Amino acid sequence: MKSELQFDFIADKENHSITIKREFAAGKKLVWQAYTDSEILDQWWAPKPWTAKTKSMDFREGGHWLYAMVSPEGDEHLGRLDYKKIVPKDSYVGLDAFCHPDGTINTAMPRANWKANFDEMGDHTLVTNIIKYDSLDQLEMIIKMGMKEGITIAMESLDELLSTLSK
Amino acid sequence: MRRDVFQAIADPTRRAIIALIAIHAMTPNALANHFDVSRQAVSKHLRILTECELVKQDQQGREIFYQLELEKMKEIDKWLEQFRKIWESRFNQLDNVLANLKNQKK
Repeated sequence: MKSELQFDFIADKENHSITIKREFAAGKKLVWQAYTDSEILDQWWAPKPWTAKTKSMDFREGGHWLYAMVSPEGDEHLGRLDYKKIVPKDSYVGLDAFCHPDGTINTAMPRANWKANFDEMGDHTLVTNIIKYDSLDQLEMIIKMGMKEGITIAMESLDELLSTLSK
Repeated sequence: MRRDVFQAIADPTRRAIIALIAIHAMTPNALANHFDVSRQAVSKHLRILTECELVKQDQQGREIFYQLELEKMKEIDKWLEQFRKIWESRFNQLDNVLANLKNQKK
């Protein structure tokens, strides 16, 4: 059943942006809640075996979500999403950032602009995520950060997950 | 000792070094000029970054330039594929979360 849900991943190198569309078998209200309620975000935001842990959440324009990505060894890496524009149940725009252990933004690291759109498709919901970097250099830097660690682990856990799901 | 990328970026000076050499290759001396630390300290950071395979050395005459280890587009494609898998994994988890939420409401 899961395979029937729409999933598009479009990378636009010219514009340093990535568009990810995904259909969910739930109404718009519930999907919006899953994206904006920190208790629910903690349940799915981190790819296994990492877990997400909310430090603080202030979901309003000008507010931000501060969260930790916790490694299987228990190491915490802080990230935050600053909310710039919120249209309840329709869309939000945010700016993501890597953080120092004290929660302040690490300005040496690139930040990406995030946009999430929520569209009703009958009793399903289509979410369009658009992630945009300022330059290709920034994208490359993020690539270097993500290449070797966590991501490889996530892929291993994905294979595991997929084999469970396909049974 | 095993090095990983998070160890590489755990230190603010190393993060700044990455940001600097992401723009163009630099010698340890040129890098040291940007920081309020000794040339030795910069060399140590560069050694750790090299061990993490984040930077590589390029000997030009008597000078050694450090640059980010990048095979640009190939790496990007590889990364995009991994990034896509992360989102797939994330969304599969969200499917389960949404199914649970729907059941709770019934």
